[in-house]
Amino acid sequence: MALSFQDIILALHAYWSERGCVILQPYDVEVGAGTLHPATVLRALGPKPWRAAYVQPSRRPADGRHGDNPNRLRHFHQYQVILKPNPDDMQQLYLASLEAIGIDPKLHDIRFVEDDWENPTVGAWGLGWEVWCDGMEISQYTYFQQVGGLDVWPVAGELTYGLERLALYVQGVDNIFDLAFNDPQGPDFMTYGDVFLENERQFSAYEQEVADTDMLIRQFHDMEAMVPRLLAARGRRGQPLVLPAFDHVLKASHLFNLLDARGAIAVAERQSYIGRIRDLCRECALAWVKLQEAAA
Amino acid sequence: MAQLLLELFSEEIPARMQDGAARDLQRLVAAELARAELPFDSLTTFAGPRRLTLAVDGLPVRQADRAEERKGPRVGAPEQAMAGFLRTAGVSQEALVERDGVWFATIERAGRLTAEVIAEIVPTIVRAFPWPKSMTSGWGTLRWVRPLHRILCLFDSEVVPFEIDGIAASDLTEGHRVMGSGAPIRVTGFEDYRAALAAQFVVLDADERKRRILEGARAACRARGLTMVDDDGLLNEVAGMVEWPAPLLGDMDPAFLALPPEVVRTSMRTHQRYFAVAGEDGRLAPHFVVVANLEAADGGKLIAAGAARVLSARLKDAQFFWEEDLAKPLESRLETLKGVTFHAKLGTMFERVERIEVLAGIIATMMEANPAEAAQAARLAKTDLATAMVGEFPELQGIMGGYYAAAQGANPAVAAAIRDHYRPQGPSEPVPTAPLSMAVALADKMDSILAFFSIGEAPTGSRDPYALRRAALGVIRIVLENGVTLPLNDVIGHSQFDGEGVAAFFADRLKVLLRDRGARHDLVDAIFALGDDDILRIAKRVEILSVFLDGEDGANLLAAYRRAGNILSAEARKGPLPEAILRRPEGPAEELALYEAVTALHPAVWRALEQDDYAAALSALASLRAPVDAFFEAVLVNSPVAAERANRLALLTGVREVMGLTADFARVSG
Repeated sequence: MALSFQDIILALHAYWSERGCVILQPYDVEVGAGTLHPATVLRALGPKPWRAAYVQPSRRPADGRHGDNPNRLRHFHQYQVILKPNPDDMQQLYLASLEAIGIDPKLHDIRFVEDDWENPTVGAWGLGWEVWCDGMEISQYTYFQQVGGLDVWPVAGELTYGLERLALYVQGVDNIFDLAFNDPQGPDFMTYGDVFLENERQFSAYEQEVADTDMLIRQFHDMEAMVPRLLAARGRRGQPLVLPAFDHVLKASHLFNLLDARGAIAVAERQSYIGRIRDLCRECALAWVKLQEAAA
Repeated sequence: MAQLLLELFSEEIPARMQDGAARDLQRLVAAELARAELPFDSLTTFAGPRRLTLAVDGLPVRQADRAEERKGPRVGAPEQAMAGFLRTAGVSQEALVERDGVWFATIERAGRLTAEVIAEIVPTIVRAFPWPKSMTSGWGTLRWVRPLHRILCLFDSEVVPFEIDGIAASDLTEGHRVMGSGAPIRVTGFEDYRAALAAQFVVLDADERKRRILEGARAACRARGLTMVDDDGLLNEVAGMVEWPAPLLGDMDPAFLALPPEVVRTSMRTHQRYFAVAGEDGRLAPHFVVVANLEAADGGKLIAAGAARVLSARLKDAQFFWEEDLAKPLESRLETLKGVTFHAKLGTMFERVERIEVLAGIIATMMEANPAEAAQAARLAKTDLATAMVGEFPELQGIMGGYYAAAQGANPAVAAAIRDHYRPQGPSEPVPTAPLSMAVALADKMDSILAFFSIGEAPTGSRDPYALRRAALGVIRIVLENGVTLPLNDVIGHSQFDGEGVAAFFADRLKVLLRDRGARHDLVDAIFALGDDDILRIAKRVEILSVFLDGEDGANLLAAYRRAGNILSAEARKGPLPEAILRRPEGPAEELALYEAVTALHPAVWRALEQDDYAAALSALASLRAPVDAFFEAVLVNSPVAAERANRLALLTGVREVMGLTADFARVSG
């Protein structure tokens, strides 16, 4: 029987836990992609090995459709795995993880299709693929080469599973809101819609129609100003406060996404906003790497 | 003679890079073998999703021994110089030979084992391989396109010992990821390797994969009375994505066939890499071909069903775009184009539309099309850039504009002109043939060329970022293939740009085109030098002139033209040529005859050219041949009588001038 949405997550947790990953909880700051969790974006840098897996709810305010579109959400879930250094058998590990959630590679056409990943707001890029299952993109697979404009070495391998899409495929369903969230045979059966449809409706309205753009701009400037202050400040062990600084970068990035969804950013300003976030991110990356090297 | 087999086994290589990688591997290995003086009979490379393979046959097992002669000091050179030479050459003085007062040493060098040489050149090539994009992996330092896992390297059936970034060369490879046994396969040579891969469900040769895709897909279609729509670009790409191609026929909802066929095909191709399928009537059928990378246990049922679901979601998106786009008149999208920068120095897309509109109206008159309709089509031609469908599929620009215009009530000629105005986009794409379509297509291209030339963006060398050469070639092809007249200078005069360098650019492009078609480019120069700006006329004249010069009259006249030129320049070297007005000579008869021929010809050639009868002008010139030949035979140009000499020189100048009315023969080569 096909796995429910939460069973897919539990199966992936069990699978990656057995392979030495730290199973983390979602980061509690709004982000647009699972990559932005400091467990990926910061831990990818520096010389230290690191293996982690987690679910990250991702918010893309501009994609909101008030719950009316069966294929599109403004808030969705990515399952994120980071393996640093990437092991030699990472592709096999990935394929076996698909088997763990019920996708048999002998019955399905799993394909690695060139797709070089890049995230200009965090100055990151890598080479890799979209992974297709019978023509549907179910994951992004990347070997990080740079983050925050700095070389990633040893190289980190990143896997991002689009959980809703994967569940649509595994369950053979056409509408995200019809996905079985938990066991459909159980007495407390819930669909994805039961859990999240109202969130989509209310937040689409908030993010695209109601959010106060003047306030968002003020908050953006506050967050932006705080980053250099935190990097200049010192903790008890003389370290710069990189992690709080990075939280502020994430907040600034989310505020930018909200402003964008409200249509409050002119085409000409866009690049400038992205550049500012990228620069802040780079400062954090530099400080983080220095800290790692000092500790090593 | 021995064989070299090399396989570089990695994770999935992007399909678009495979052909180039196979070529680079071939080129680099051939060059290194040549440098090492290792001859071979054949060298073949293969590329696929997970491997680059090279097989070289007929290599010697050892380099030939070499005897190298080295020049030493002169006989009687100081002792020190001699000692130094003997030391570096590693020979004794007795072994030297003397020639012309200089000592020579012969140095014998034993050839090295080929395997040793290979163990050096392969790592060098791999480390510096020119991938368009490359990466490092894990703790490694090697840059490869994706992580490299194995190096199989056999020479004369033995493993060549070397390692790259911790990967030691071996005699092992792997088969298909899913269908293969999963265990490494040991091989002894190329034929064994190819057979072992085939047994493990890997087709080594891309051409063979293509053949299997076509055969399988066609058979699957034929069984249901369908045909696959051929697409070579897609076939190439798909052949680079599968090791064991298994084409499957899938079904789609016939309701999607209400969309324009280009939309359905593009969505299939760009998003899904599926082939379109046509019915007996040649129109799209509600099916597609997906090429799986394995033979699934259920015969591919799950794969085909999954592929159909994904396609259906994609086509639903396309349907949504189509309906959204149709709801808004194209004309209203001009507003959006005002906010789209065409180029920082050339303003917005809307400004470009306004320029094209003006040019289209003017060119329409030249093409005998309706100028108002041309302006209307030009005005709408770029509006589809603001539609959702073209945002999703940029390659459908123009095509969508044509559909939307027709659906919104534009007349069919206007819709066709919008649809076709980007054509021809490549040397093999047909040119528009309807006068209205020609006018808009020409205006679009002329505006690009004129605009970019005006800001100093003329193509240079291999740099042509705005594809202006392609645009000029498009203009030339539209003109030549439709046999229409496009006076370039008139068009330039009506544009807001000064057109500096544009005429010469067209001459250059025309030369390239005519040369590619086997015509003589020196003749293009000869005709172009007269200042003509009519592409069609120039091309026709090149052809006629070429025939003329191939004939006896033409060849002789050209010889006479040159002889006259030689005499004139030889005389000019002696001092300034006398300024003489050509007068009727007293005699001899040959001089008189030539004089009469030249003076009579002038108006005749003029008249023929006026009437655009170039062939007549040239055949008139042919009448010059007999008197010219007779003149050179009988008359001494360099007469001791100054007045005679002056008049004869003037006569030769006259011959060149009258010939020069038809072409600048000085530019004719050969």
